[in-house]
Amino acid sequence: MQNIDKIIDKWNADPDYVIEMMQDIQDELRHTPRNALEQVTKRTKVPLARLYHIAIFYKSFSLEPRGKFEILVCTGTGCYVKGATLILEAFERELNIKTGETTSDGLFTLEEVRCLGCCSLAPVVMINKNIYGNFTTDKIKGILEAIYEVEL
Amino acid sequence: MKIIKIGLASCGLAAGAGKIKQIIEKKIDDDINADFEIRETGCIGMCYNEPLVEVLQNDKSWIYGNVDEEKAKAIIEHHTKKDTPIKEWVVKARDIQTDDNTYFEKQLKIASRNCGIIDPADIEDYINSGGYESLKKTLKMDSESIIKEIIKSGIRGRGGGGFPTGIKWESAVKAAKKKDEKPIIVCNADEGDPGAFMDRNLMESDPHSIIEGMIIGAYAIGSNEGYIYIRKEYPLALERVENTVEQARKNGFLGKNILNSEFDFDISIHRGAGAFVCGESTALMTSMMGRAGEPRAKYIHNVESGFKNKPTVLNNVETFANIPVILEKGAKWFAGIGSGNVTENPWGGSSGTKVFSLVGNLKRTGLIEVPMGITLREIIFDIGGGIPNGRKFKAVQTGGPSGGCLPESHLDLTVDFDTLSKAGSMMGSGGMIVMDDKTCMVDVAKYFISFLKDESCGKCTPCREGLIALDEILTRITRGKGKEDDIELMKNICETMKIASLCELGKSAPNPVLSTIEYFHNEYEAHIKDKKCSAGVCKPLITYSVNDNCTGCTICAGNCPVDSISGKVKEKHFIDTNKCIKCNVCYEVCKFDAITVK
Repeated sequence: MQNIDKIIDKWNADPDYVIEMMQDIQDELRHTPRNALEQVTKRTKVPLARLYHIAIFYKSFSLEPRGKFEILVCTGTGCYVKGATLILEAFERELNIKTGETTSDGLFTLEEVRCLGCCSLAPVVMINKNIYGNFTTDKIKGILEAIYEVEL
Repeated sequence: MKIIKIGLASCGLAAGAGKIKQIIEKKIDDDINADFEIRETGCIGMCYNEPLVEVLQNDKSWIYGNVDEEKAKAIIEHHTKKDTPIKEWVVKARDIQTDDNTYFEKQLKIASRNCGIIDPADIEDYINSGGYESLKKTLKMDSESIIKEIIKSGIRGRGGGGFPTGIKWESAVKAAKKKDEKPIIVCNADEGDPGAFMDRNLMESDPHSIIEGMIIGAYAIGSNEGYIYIRKEYPLALERVENTVEQARKNGFLGKNILNSEFDFDISIHRGAGAFVCGESTALMTSMMGRAGEPRAKYIHNVESGFKNKPTVLNNVETFANIPVILEKGAKWFAGIGSGNVTENPWGGSSGTKVFSLVGNLKRTGLIEVPMGITLREIIFDIGGGIPNGRKFKAVQTGGPSGGCLPESHLDLTVDFDTLSKAGSMMGSGGMIVMDDKTCMVDVAKYFISFLKDESCGKCTPCREGLIALDEILTRITRGKGKEDDIELMKNICETMKIASLCELGKSAPNPVLSTIEYFHNEYEAHIKDKKCSAGVCKPLITYSVNDNCTGCTICAGNCPVDSISGKVKEKHFIDTNKCIKCNVCYEVCKFDAITVK
């Protein structure tokens, strides 16, 4: 709970900045659990129901823990016309999960994202803030293996 | 001293510019004769040539494109010894004719004037290139004459709405007087349109020009409180803008008594949290108050009652970036660029330039800035270099999910606020996606509708339910289960949505369907009646087979994830259509064009 208080302090417990607080909580805990939201409510006086509304309205938030590595396959228009759906499907096959799900080892969450703004290098995939341009499905195995090597 | 500049905006980084920088640093450290100063810069817009490295020496400069490890080392070695460039690798230089020169010939840079030239993280670099001069000038002017100048320039909102900026400012001043309240100024940097990244680049490559534009705007309308709302998908832009605001504060451009003018103004930053609808002004302001970003009906305008019910001016990133230049060079100069006549009335035309992200199936993709009134054909073929891989042009999509798709017959239309809207599309915020004949237009319509269905905030029924219904119909058409009267049914739903939706996003949501039905009617017919997808995209309507080009190299069989391809070495292979999942891997790996998709 200390970390949560630190985050709330960073934003001066200002109710206008609950979205920012929740983003920092999401980054810290990889989800926005009930006890953390309750703490935000206690300190900012923003009703818990409103925080839940925010949590389900915006894509940034997740009520279940997300994987350590978030694989964002861009399906913005630029990437879409260059075959992004096939890349998404290839990741689904390789990780054996559906889009939006997390692998059972808690390592990967697969998400589609509508536009990372690197359209000229389409198709694009972002894994934890690293952007891979001109993506092809044959790169998937190498990238995942490199992560497994460090993590397992 | 020689200077070496490396483009480190998001797209450069995605192409590997970060690694190239490390290699160059190491190379310079290792060689005592290599006398270079390394500078970082943003993106000059030639994204198709990333990573880009520029060498400046003896008042000359050469930009090298597609720089890899080998090239980077060779460039340092070469320029350590010589004063001449490695000609064959140069993509842009004043003294060398390159194939890429035509990329810039028809461009005119105003908003993106400093992008890829200055170091975005260094306020000194911005000041040395004339930055904040315009602010100094305007702080000596009175509010009324600044607003008059902006109205006379004819500049209209670059976020896509196209409302005259000066008139918006004027109305806010009036409303503030009437209510006796200080107005608020907001910069909309929630660039949510897929296929658009103009604002990202401006924030990453020249953030000070946006801040300067905002301060001028605030001074003109008498605001002390400014906000920038940035989407979280742009981590680098967010970081750069945060640093920029900090630097501007330290240098006395923000805060109390700015440049001894007795004018106080400061900027706070809000992070978006991933919601397309928050690009809509009223939704954005709701989100800034720490709530779910749902729009409201706009019978009361933001300039009267916006953020926290105060008079609020909301402008787009690109609009603000234009402001300092307009005031520096004068309204007359700006009004002289572009199309139509705006001297009497800003609605009379579209003055100035527009930044576009030119992407999709094109030879040269990137960020371009062109005078309004240029034709689509000039942009796609002269600047973009046309369609690669021997394919044909099929459609150009502008205006994001609220825009439309235009066919070849409309390529001579001029790009401005009014012309494209008449043709059923819109100029929008600046995404321009070019599609070749391997693109299925029914599938594209389905793509946009499915995007909008996910992003609809759900507050009003026509948008929420209309999109669900459209998505359902388009899905069945792309699965070969379309019904005869589906096209009429969709048109009906679209009409209702246009009339009855609450916000502009809902009202314009049917555009992708209506424009594709109008211009690509045949494709809808082929899907519904003949159960065919001529572009080879809609999976249930296509099959994969091996043709006679096959040399039996086995690469497809080796890569097929479901082992549906069989055949002996050096003999024609065969695809078992019962097993095939149509993942397209065989088509991608085949070097002999031996996979037919029909």
